[in-house]
Amino acid sequence: MEFPEGLKYSKEHEWVLVEGNTATIGITEFAQEELGDIVYVELPEVGEKVVKDDPFGAVESVKAVSDVYAPVGGTVLEVNDVLPDNPETINDDPYGDGWMIRVEMTDEEDLKDLMTAEEYAEYVEQQKEDEDEEEEEDEAEDEEEK
Amino acid sequence: MLRTIGIGSIEELYQHIPETLRNRAKIELPGGLTELAVRRRLAALASNNATATDWSFFLGGGIYHHFIPSAVDTVISRSEFATSYTPYQPEVSQGTLQALFEYQTLICQLTGMEISNAGVYDGASAAAEAVLMSRRIQPMSRRRVLMSRALHPHYRAVITTYLRNLDDMQLDEIPFDASGATDVTELTRKLDHQSMCVIVGYPNFFGIIENLAPIQTACAGKGAQLVIVTPEPLALGLLKPPGAWGADIAVGEGQSLGVPMTLGGPGFGFFASQKKFVRSLPGRLVGETVDTEGRRGFVLTLATREQHIRREKATSNICTSQTLCTLASTVFMSLLGKSGIRRLAEVNVSRAHDARDRLVSRPQLEACFSGAFFNEFVLRARNLESLLQRCAAARIVPGVPLGQWYPELDDCLLICVTEMNEREEIERLVGVIGDQTSV
Amino acid sequence: MRERRSNVLSESSAIKPQSEASAPRLLFESGSPGRSGFYWPAEREKGQTTIPGEFLREDIPGFPELGELEVLRHFTRLSHRNFAIESQFYPLGSCTMKYNPKVNEVVARLPGFAQIHPLAPIEILQGAMELLYDLERILIEISGMDCISLQPSAGAQGELTGLMLIRACLTEKGNPRKKIIVPDTAHGTNPASSTLCGYDVVQISSTARGVIDTATVAKVMAEDVAAIMITNPNTLGLFERDIEAIAAVVHQKGGLVYLDGANLNALMGVAKPGHMGVDVLHMNLHKTFSTPHGGGGPGAGPVAVKEGLSEYLPVPRIVKQNDKFELLENYPKSIGRVRSFFGNFGILVRAYTYIISLGREGLEESSRMALLNANYIRKKLEKGYQIAYGEPCMHECIFTDRLQHKYGVNTLDIAKRLLDYGFHPPTIYFPLVVSGALMIEPTETETPEMLDAFVEAMLAIAQEAKENPDVVKNAPHSTPVKRLDEARAARKPILRWDPGQGGAE
Repeated sequence: MEFPEGLKYSKEHEWVLVEGNTATIGITEFAQEELGDIVYVELPEVGEKVVKDDPFGAVESVKAVSDVYAPVGGTVLEVNDVLPDNPETINDDPYGDGWMIRVEMTDEEDLKDLMTAEEYAEYVEQQKEDEDEEEEEDEAEDEEEK
Repeated sequence: MLRTIGIGSIEELYQHIPETLRNRAKIELPGGLTELAVRRRLAALASNNATATDWSFFLGGGIYHHFIPSAVDTVISRSEFATSYTPYQPEVSQGTLQALFEYQTLICQLTGMEISNAGVYDGASAAAEAVLMSRRIQPMSRRRVLMSRALHPHYRAVITTYLRNLDDMQLDEIPFDASGATDVTELTRKLDHQSMCVIVGYPNFFGIIENLAPIQTACAGKGAQLVIVTPEPLALGLLKPPGAWGADIAVGEGQSLGVPMTLGGPGFGFFASQKKFVRSLPGRLVGETVDTEGRRGFVLTLATREQHIRREKATSNICTSQTLCTLASTVFMSLLGKSGIRRLAEVNVSRAHDARDRLVSRPQLEACFSGAFFNEFVLRARNLESLLQRCAAARIVPGVPLGQWYPELDDCLLICVTEMNEREEIERLVGVIGDQTSV
Repeated sequence: MRERRSNVLSESSAIKPQSEASAPRLLFESGSPGRSGFYWPAEREKGQTTIPGEFLREDIPGFPELGELEVLRHFTRLSHRNFAIESQFYPLGSCTMKYNPKVNEVVARLPGFAQIHPLAPIEILQGAMELLYDLERILIEISGMDCISLQPSAGAQGELTGLMLIRACLTEKGNPRKKIIVPDTAHGTNPASSTLCGYDVVQISSTARGVIDTATVAKVMAEDVAAIMITNPNTLGLFERDIEAIAAVVHQKGGLVYLDGANLNALMGVAKPGHMGVDVLHMNLHKTFSTPHGGGGPGAGPVAVKEGLSEYLPVPRIVKQNDKFELLENYPKSIGRVRSFFGNFGILVRAYTYIISLGREGLEESSRMALLNANYIRKKLEKGYQIAYGEPCMHECIFTDRLQHKYGVNTLDIAKRLLDYGFHPPTIYFPLVVSGALMIEPTETETPEMLDAFVEAMLAIAQEAKENPDVVKNAPHSTPVKRLDEARAARKPILRWDPGQGGAE
């Protein structure tokens, strides 16, 4: 799994690319894998304000809808207009062509709460480990039964 | 079985339920009956109702007596259609899913709209859902609904009930004019940039075919959506469809297309709109796709709009709908087909217009409205009470008295004539009404 | 490789064999111009000259042009691609797929029920009014409530109606309030209905034992909460034993208690919602009272209330005066109408027929048998599947796919493989609190042999998951279509046939 170095990450599995005062935001590889085939993306309008930790849009798969949360607050400068017709771009290239919005940040302090690539990688490992633990328990039980 | 579960009696399965509840749970009802006794009991109840076969009904008002080809019941009686559940496992529900896809197509063709859902409860709730859909689409600055008073009273009542619980909505009624149609002048005067949508009947409750062109122009001029409601969709076999008039949403009651009257339910509400609004549509949607081996198949789709996924953010709360009834209408429309539906509509027009001519020739009756109509019309009676009594004695129900909804029309009757009213029936009605100018 | 382990498959499959496997054409892809299945001679076209030309349309482009036999063959072929209760076992949890008695169908088609018009004078509809009036009394007795409306067309509409009653009552008291408490195990219609009624949803978590407890409710119950919506037994098949205490907590702060009666099949003769502190509830006649599911309706969702809410019930209402039935509209506090005419009368007739057929003992026996069957399956399946909650269930039980995870097999795969064994799968992935849920509700109308056959198939699949997981992961193998691409259907929705589109494969 990829964790590009130049990005920052949130606990809700969004990534942020900071360029000066502009933040480009998308969802991570882990997130798109959990969702499965993405069929629709709900995006805000240019000019709208996004609030840190509030949902700014949603990503739909066939069987689920997930809110996408703003890792930083700001005003929307651009939205990725490829996504309405080609939502699967997020599955194919979550960190590149699958970017969702670009905002002008209101407060650089917001970045402090975010994780580095290394920290996020660990965070994801931990989530996966919890799942694995369950499976190990099951296997151990099976072994005992045999 | 008890042994497998590990208990001594079934009662042990609910020993955790509080005794105070269990002690009072006895159902005080009579004992069970044999199937024969049940049939007899129900037959007795049924025989205590006047039917369209042993009385003469000239009743419309949102539920219509039309011919239903025998093959319709044959199809919907098949247990594969009647006893199956909502098609959540598409691999074993292709029958229902394909039939619904065909239904959606037929409704689009009939209404001239781009997309249709798989049906809602009835015309009235369809109208209410249409208003809610418009609310999802229009910005928050637009929250005024302009509703024609010539729209079916039950539909207006249901819209009112649904909207009352939403704080931001405002409902305005637009009166009708001497032609029996929505007063366009009044409508244009009231339309502004806070208007969310305009909702009119087509044909309206009085049977009048409204000219939707000036209404659509007025709506477009102020950015309001146009919602067209059709309680008698057979009319669309002959009349210019809502889509051609520029409707944003077209809804109505489907009962007249292959479903028996059954005291007004079950029928179904049809619901159609334009492609760009698809994600705001309520109700089930069936879409075409392919399976892992490339075969065409059908599935419920865009389910993320719906309650089982979106929960409190769903476009509607609808779960169980009226599928078997939409299937009945699909079979009906398939049997009638392109030429049949037009023919049936034409027969309705000629019977109704002939009947009206015969009736207004009676001195006690006169026309109420001047607008063009399909198979329903309103007549004013000199002595409505006496007329109704004489008809009842002859086992005729000549129409629906309008006074219960329109006090200014309390001497008026809404009369419907369909292909099921034989010409001699109409003559009999004319005869009962008689020639006298008084009483 | 299509290994089949169990001789269950020697039972005739509910789905017709491969000879009909090619996708049937759509109605619009067959036929011939000018063909019709309907004959009616033209009549003097009086109205066509009366109706102005600008109101008329051309013929409907694309409308079917088929003969009657073509139409019948078409729908008969489609029916062969459908699974139904009369084909095989249909253990959908929370749907109560019990047998739909045929006497209901015969009776509903009597002209005295089918050919009656709702706007005819009430004097000539006394039979229908009597049936409705009786059904009202019956459902009041079964639920232990005081008054009822038969108007709502389905459970969800019943919920909305019930919430509207609550809102009307609280509004009259001065404040409709803002929130509704909904457990995490609730059916999606509960929060959806709340929103439609202008309320925000406050979700509370069930305990580890799968029920909601009084303390949790007490924490969120406040003066701005209008009501709590409870399902009892809940969607996990468990009785909410704190319900009376919870009702007290809610009432104490001026709120009301709504019961989602979808699972009423577990309660008849066992406990009455009206005694649990419930103020308003709905029932699903297409679940508990055997009316056919029809591929997705029609159903009916009557709403019953305690006396204090009766003045808000929808109009018109049927009253009996000197042995005659009247319809009264004059209830100034009524919320009005929630649908046209009387509701789904044809469905009400069927439910009535079912209830009087079974009678007191029949209804009580139904619940007892429903519980017995569900617990029997629960015990037998514990061998192969992880049970979600260890204690006895009521009319439905829930398993998970946890034991199958390590083979890479999940609930969806298990469900699809069941199709190959000729069974309709249980409800899957609901309720949301159980990961990979398999919700099984056998109902009382199944024989022990059928339950054994189902268990055998499920255990065979559990075995396959261990030894040959691919056959499960790639299931179904024997249905007319294989797994369908739902992502494609959602991304590029094709919701109707168009002349330009490709035909059948």
